[in-house]
Amino acid sequence: MKRFILKRLALMIVTLIGLSVVVFIVSRVAPGDPAKLAAGPDATEEMVQVIREEFGLDRPLVIQYTIYMKGLIQGDFGRSIRTRHLVWDDLKNFMPATFELVFVSISFSILFGILFGILSAVYRDTWMDHVIRFFTITGVAVPMFWLGIMLQLLFSAKVHLFPLGGRLDTMVLPPPARTHFFLIDSLLAGDWGTFANGFHHILLPAFVLSFPALASITRINRAEMLEVLHKDFVLNEKAQGISDRLIIFKYALKNALIPTLSMIGLRYGWMLGGTILVETVFNWPGIGNYAVGAAVYSDFQPVMAVTIILGLNFMIANLLVDLGYGFLDPRVKYE
Amino acid sequence: MHSGISMASTWNRWKKERESQIRDLALTFYTLRRSPLSVIGLTLVGLFLLVALIGPWIITHPGDIKGAVHIDQKLKPPSRAHLFGTDEVGRDMYSRVVMGTRLSLQIGLIIIFVAMGIGVPLGILAGYTGGWVNHLIMRITDIFLSVPGLLLALAIVGALGPGIKNAMVALSIVWWPGYVRLIQAKTLALREEAFIEAARSVGASKLRIIFSHILPNCTSPIIVKASMDMGMAILFAANLGFIGVGAQPPVPEWGSMISTGRNYLPDFWWMATFPGLAILVTVLGFNLLGDGLRDVLDPQSRGQIR
Amino acid sequence: MKPVLEITDLKIEFDTFEGTSHVLDGIHLSLGKKDTLGLVGETGCGKSITAKAILRLLPVPPARLVSGEILFGGEDLLKKSDEEMKEIRGRQIAMVFQDPMTFLNPVFSIEEQLVDVISAHSNRNGSRKEIDRKEAKKKAVALLGEVKIPQPDVRIKSYPHEFSGGMRQRVLIAMALSRSPQVLIADEPTTALDVTIQAQILKLLHELVERHGNSVLLISHDLGVVAKVCRRIAVMYAGSIVENCSTEALFNEPFHPYTQGLLNSILTFSKRKDAAQGIQGGIPDLIHPPSGCRFHPRCSRAMKICEIEKPSPVEAEKNHVVSCHLYPVRKVKSF
Repeated sequence: MKRFILKRLALMIVTLIGLSVVVFIVSRVAPGDPAKLAAGPDATEEMVQVIREEFGLDRPLVIQYTIYMKGLIQGDFGRSIRTRHLVWDDLKNFMPATFELVFVSISFSILFGILFGILSAVYRDTWMDHVIRFFTITGVAVPMFWLGIMLQLLFSAKVHLFPLGGRLDTMVLPPPARTHFFLIDSLLAGDWGTFANGFHHILLPAFVLSFPALASITRINRAEMLEVLHKDFVLNEKAQGISDRLIIFKYALKNALIPTLSMIGLRYGWMLGGTILVETVFNWPGIGNYAVGAAVYSDFQPVMAVTIILGLNFMIANLLVDLGYGFLDPRVKYE
Repeated sequence: MHSGISMASTWNRWKKERESQIRDLALTFYTLRRSPLSVIGLTLVGLFLLVALIGPWIITHPGDIKGAVHIDQKLKPPSRAHLFGTDEVGRDMYSRVVMGTRLSLQIGLIIIFVAMGIGVPLGILAGYTGGWVNHLIMRITDIFLSVPGLLLALAIVGALGPGIKNAMVALSIVWWPGYVRLIQAKTLALREEAFIEAARSVGASKLRIIFSHILPNCTSPIIVKASMDMGMAILFAANLGFIGVGAQPPVPEWGSMISTGRNYLPDFWWMATFPGLAILVTVLGFNLLGDGLRDVLDPQSRGQIR
Repeated sequence: MKPVLEITDLKIEFDTFEGTSHVLDGIHLSLGKKDTLGLVGETGCGKSITAKAILRLLPVPPARLVSGEILFGGEDLLKKSDEEMKEIRGRQIAMVFQDPMTFLNPVFSIEEQLVDVISAHSNRNGSRKEIDRKEAKKKAVALLGEVKIPQPDVRIKSYPHEFSGGMRQRVLIAMALSRSPQVLIADEPTTALDVTIQAQILKLLHELVERHGNSVLLISHDLGVVAKVCRRIAVMYAGSIVENCSTEALFNEPFHPYTQGLLNSILTFSKRKDAAQGIQGGIPDLIHPPSGCRFHPRCSRAMKICEIEKPSPVEAEKNHVVSCHLYPVRKVKSF
């Protein structure tokens, strides 16, 4: 077990280095000239040259990469060529918002995905099953950003039920920072008003971000539950007089969760990618929004940093998923 | 006359040789027909292809595709003259949404074919050769799969610069590793099969085994994945269009149309609504069809993730 | 003596894709107190369906009850509510299934499964207090000891995949006997096992029911297996019982041509005379079953009436019931 984790961590570092190489190559081989873009349309060749030197863009690729990696190891993601901010400083500002949103969304989709999957399987072919299946089928197909816009149109513009975007109302001060998750910090500070405000703000974006994942998880958990409920061991459990509740929520569910878990891992990746869209729609001050802002201006350091941060997050999630298999299935052996 | 007869006989011979495949195809359609969701999927995809095909003949304002401006017609709600209303410079939304179908089809096809063109050979190479080649290819694949696809695409377009061509390049780069994974796993499994072993033992060359035994057995999973991926590729292209790094206005791409329309909410709701519905229906169609095809062609993989 | 379990004229049909399958065509069976009854027949003749029908474990649809009753303690099980059936399953009528590899839940430990079975009915029936799980565990260990699993207190922590087939079957037997049911139904409990293990399991089963005084319905396609354990044997063919008598009578003087053929095939085998004399033909299609006596197309002694009329059971000799037109009234010794 310990060896497995260590091995996976080592592999993760290798993959991360590979990722940084890929992203780096893409950024430097690209035809666009970031220095020119940053200098603006009226800049003279000298001004562009100054920027190039400042950001080391005039040096050989290998040297550029070594410098970049050296910085990366020390947590230095370079500077934004557009704003001249240290990327790490920006990340520190924006990351908590993203992770709070993602955390709420993934919890929501796991919880309700599993629940709806069970209900849909147990009450197969009833109206509830049909309703749930309709949402699972459309859920994967609906463009996240469009769903967000439509919900804004309905619930923010037509009926003023939810705010249009942001993490808090402009008049509300963020709670004293401890975890940087507003929902948790406001609770820690005992500030119910801020908590309610933050909760009100996160509901729509979290719902939109979790929707496709919720649909996928529901769908696979339904299919797996249906399959497991027809297994021999369930028949035996029934014949032994074990209650339906115990059979469904304990004996069948644990079996069904094994494939569902891998779907959760996969959809977590979608969700991380989806932050780009949802944060743009809801003006959520996270790193997805930040990356989009930078990408539009070919400001590469921030995009690269966000890619690596979210990539790392996804890799850790995958490791957790693999450990989760061992928790669910005693037949799994870690080597 | 003579050539007619020989053509007929060639046709018959071809039919005889392909008898089993033709029967399989008929069975596929038969089974598909029995599942209502697959029929809906097939219908939606058929509709999508039809609209893409005859688009230029059913639109009402051809000039609006290229970016004509009619300020006097701007922001008109849906009406007889403009089924889906008009946009901020008076272009007919209906014509633009219809032409977006054709664009989406192109985008989807190009991404899938490039991804397959890279992924399938690499997958076969990795799976069939094994050893360090397999390891190297799979490690590289893992790197690409280690980061959420949309994010990687954003990074690539960020470097290449916004635009629809760059978006397609980026999405192709993001998409091929999925095919490597699929085909490598399939090839690995096939390599151990008795009939491949038999072919090898009678001295069939590697290339022959690959082309006449492995590749044909990979077609079903490829078709299923391609069908699902068509929808997803279109969706991802729209995603990039929406955040402003994909297709740029006035190109009639659904995502970028929604991006523009969003600025005119809530009063001019039609600008963002109709292109979104078009995406939803298209992606839904390909997903349902893909699901149905999987149940028919590749039933073992049902529980698995595609 | 009043029977514990009595099945009369049980007819069950299955709606299948090809049409209605007439799987049970009027079963008559009765099981006395502390009796051991074997139910023998070819694969697909309806033995397992009969067993599952008793516990009401058949999936409805496709299964459909046409007629008949299953009296248990004087009450018709087919008229009981689902809730009442749950009280009966495992506690009053328990079942041991065929394949030990698939009838245990792979992701729970033996302990977890046994303990849940033991306490399955304790938290109902008004008395809210559960059997203490500690208490239940003690009982589980004792049960494993009773089915001769070595070091039961250690092995109870194991998962099914860590047990051999024979051990798993022992666990299933322990499970079924855990609440001392009046009736034990064992559906091919040794078929999936090696021959040597088969003998051990049969011996164990025999000992246990002797000790606990359960009534047993043992289902098998193997006359030899049934003969080892059962006092009486019922022979089943294509959905009806064709002969029902004591084990000795069956081996010494079988009445029904099907039984005769069945015995013939195993006897010639064991004596290694000529080639085995099996029964001509194969098991009939139950969607379009033969008219009259379902055995007539394969019967060497078929008469005109066999094609037309289904024979009803007659007591050809004391305690020896047969359904065959060769025995129209009380026994006439014709061979």
